[in-house]
Amino acid sequence: MKKKTRWLILAGLFSMCFLPAIAHAVMEADPAGLTTGKAIDITAAMPGMPTPLEVLNQIGHNKVAINMVWVLITGFLVMFMQAGFAMVETGMTRAKNAAHTMAMNMMIYPLGMIGFYVCGFAFMFGGLGPIATLGGTDILNQEFSINLFGKVFGLFGTKGFCLSGQAYDSAIFALFLFQMVFMDTTATIPTGSMAERWKYVAFFIYGLCVGTIIYPIYGNWVWGGGWLAMLGKNFGLGHGHVDFAGSSVVHMTGGVLALIGAWILGPRIGKYNKDGTPNAIPGHNLPMAVIGTFILAFGWFGFNPGSTLAGTDLRIAVVAVNTMLASATGAIVATLWMWLVRTKKPDPSMMCNGMLAGLVAITAPCAFVNSVSACIIGIVSGVLVIEAAFFIEGKLKIDDPVGAVAVHGCNGAWGILATGLFADGTYGDGWNGVSGTVKGLFYGDGGQFLASCIGILANVVFVGVVGFLVFKLIDVTIGNRVAPENEIQGLDIPEMGVAGYAGVKMDKYGETPMSR
Amino acid sequence: MKLIQAIIRNEKLGEVKAALDAIKCPGLQVWEILGHGKQKGVTEQFRGREFKVDLLPKTKIEIVVHDDQVEKIVDTIVKAANTNKMGDGKIFISTIETAIRIRTGESGEVAVD
Repeated sequence: MKKKTRWLILAGLFSMCFLPAIAHAVMEADPAGLTTGKAIDITAAMPGMPTPLEVLNQIGHNKVAINMVWVLITGFLVMFMQAGFAMVETGMTRAKNAAHTMAMNMMIYPLGMIGFYVCGFAFMFGGLGPIATLGGTDILNQEFSINLFGKVFGLFGTKGFCLSGQAYDSAIFALFLFQMVFMDTTATIPTGSMAERWKYVAFFIYGLCVGTIIYPIYGNWVWGGGWLAMLGKNFGLGHGHVDFAGSSVVHMTGGVLALIGAWILGPRIGKYNKDGTPNAIPGHNLPMAVIGTFILAFGWFGFNPGSTLAGTDLRIAVVAVNTMLASATGAIVATLWMWLVRTKKPDPSMMCNGMLAGLVAITAPCAFVNSVSACIIGIVSGVLVIEAAFFIEGKLKIDDPVGAVAVHGCNGAWGILATGLFADGTYGDGWNGVSGTVKGLFYGDGGQFLASCIGILANVVFVGVVGFLVFKLIDVTIGNRVAPENEIQGLDIPEMGVAGYAGVKMDKYGETPMSR
Repeated sequence: MKLIQAIIRNEKLGEVKAALDAIKCPGLQVWEILGHGKQKGVTEQFRGREFKVDLLPKTKIEIVVHDDQVEKIVDTIVKAANTNKMGDGKIFISTIETAIRIRTGESGEVAVD
C-alpha cells in the first residue's frame, strides 16, 4: 500500500513537470529564440502593420535603448570599483586602522553622490548641449562663459540642479548615473594617500567639496563643453584637450588632490627617521589588495568602453582590448622593474600599482590608439609608477601609503600626453566640434599634443590651488590630523568607536615603527 | 630530575613530536614564542623599502625527565629538528628541585613518570 502511494506521487510529479513542456511544443514555443520578435512587437497604431515612419521610429528608439542600457550597465561596473578602492587601500595599510580606512571608502560614495546631485552635475554638464548618443535633446544648454581674446571661455554649467525642471529626463538621468560614479572614483583616490592619520570629520567635509565643486568645474572644461574642450575650435589646437575616459578629469584630479592632501597632512608617525630616510610600514592584507586590484581592473571595462556613451559605437571592442593590454604591460613592467632594477623581489603591492598605472594611463587614449601603442603606453606607465612612488616618498618626503599619487596623478598626466602623441587618426571624427579624426604628434598633429599639455597644466593649477584652499581651510578650522596618541593606538577605536578586527590579536605589523 | 627546553623551528614540531612519541617520552609542553639568536632576524620588503623583522616566531618544547633519560631525548630532538641551516634553534638543560603530582600529592622522582 505504502509502495503504491509512493509510485502515484512520483507519477503525478512527473506529469506536472513534463506535460506542460509537451503542451508548449504544440503551441509553437521558440526554444532556440529564432523567431521571437516580429512586426507585431513594433509600436504601431495598427498592431502588426507598422507604417514606414513607425518602423524608422522604432529603429531610432532601439538604437538609443541599446546606448542607454550600455551607459547604465557600464556605470554599474564603475560603481563596483568603490569596492576595489576600499580593498586596495585597506589591504595596503595597517590592521589597526582597517575600520577607519574602509569607512572613508564607504562614505565617499553617498557623500560625493549627494554633492554631485545637488549642484555638481549642473556645474559640470549644465552647458553640455545635446547628448548625441542618448536622443540628442538640447536640454543642458546653459554655460557660464567669459570672453577673452575675442573667444568664448566656458567655465561652468548652470542647469540641472537636483536633476529637476527640464533635467527630469531619462537620458539626463542615465548620464547622471554614469558621471556620478566617475566623480566618486576621483573622490576616493585621496583617502588612500591620506589614510591612517586623517580625522574622519575632516574627510566628511572634503567629500562634499570634491563632489560639488572641485571635480565638476575641471570636468566642465573638458567634458561639459568648457574652454579646454574648445581649444581646438577656438585656437586650432587639434581637437582641443581630448580625454576619452578621464585620465585627467578623473585620475589626475584625484592624484593632485591626493598629493596636496598628503602634503598638508604630513607623514604618518614613524614613517621618516630623523635623518629623513623612510621606513617601510607594511600593509596588513596583501590578498585583499590584490583582489581589490582585480575588482578595479574589472570595473575599468565599464570605465573605458562605457565612455562611448553608446553600445552601438563598435569602437568599444578596440577600447576594451586596449584597456586590458595596457594593464598587462603596466603590471609586467612594474614587476620586472622592481625585481631586476630597484630591489631583489617582485613586490606584490607594486605589481598592483603597476596594473592600475597601466589602466590609468590608457584611460584617455584608449579609443584613439592602436594595440601596439596601448602596449607601449602600459610599458612606460609600469616604470613611471615605481620611479614616481620612490621619488614622492624619498625626495619629496610625502607619505602616500598606497601609491595613489604615483598611480593616478603621474599616470593620469602620462595618459593625456600619450593621447597627444599616439592618437592614430582612426577615430574621433568631429570630436569637440572639430572635423576630422584625432591625430597625435606621431601622426602629424603637433597642435593636439600642445592641447594635451595645456590640459595637464590647467589640471595641476586649478585642482592644486582649489585643493590647497579646501584642505587648508579645514586645517585651520577643525583640523585635518588626529591626535598623535590616537594615531599610535590606531584610528579604529578613537575615531570610529570599534576595531575593524574586533577580538583579533594584532601581529607584529600592527605596531608603529620607531623612528631612529 | 632535569628540565629540557628545546627551541625549534615551527615547521619541525610535528617531526620532533613523532620522534619523541616513538621513544616513549612521558609528556611535553609546547609554547609559541618570539625571539632571535645570532641570526638577528630576517629582512623583508614592502613597496621597495626593506625592514627588519628581528623577532622571529619559534616553537619551544619543555620536557621534565629523570636524569638517565636526558641523553636519549636530547639526541632525538637534535636529530628530528636539524636542517643544518641557521635558525635551527637551541636546547637548554637545567636541574629541577622537585615535582608534585596534583591528583595524588606524590612528590619527587615518582611524580615525573
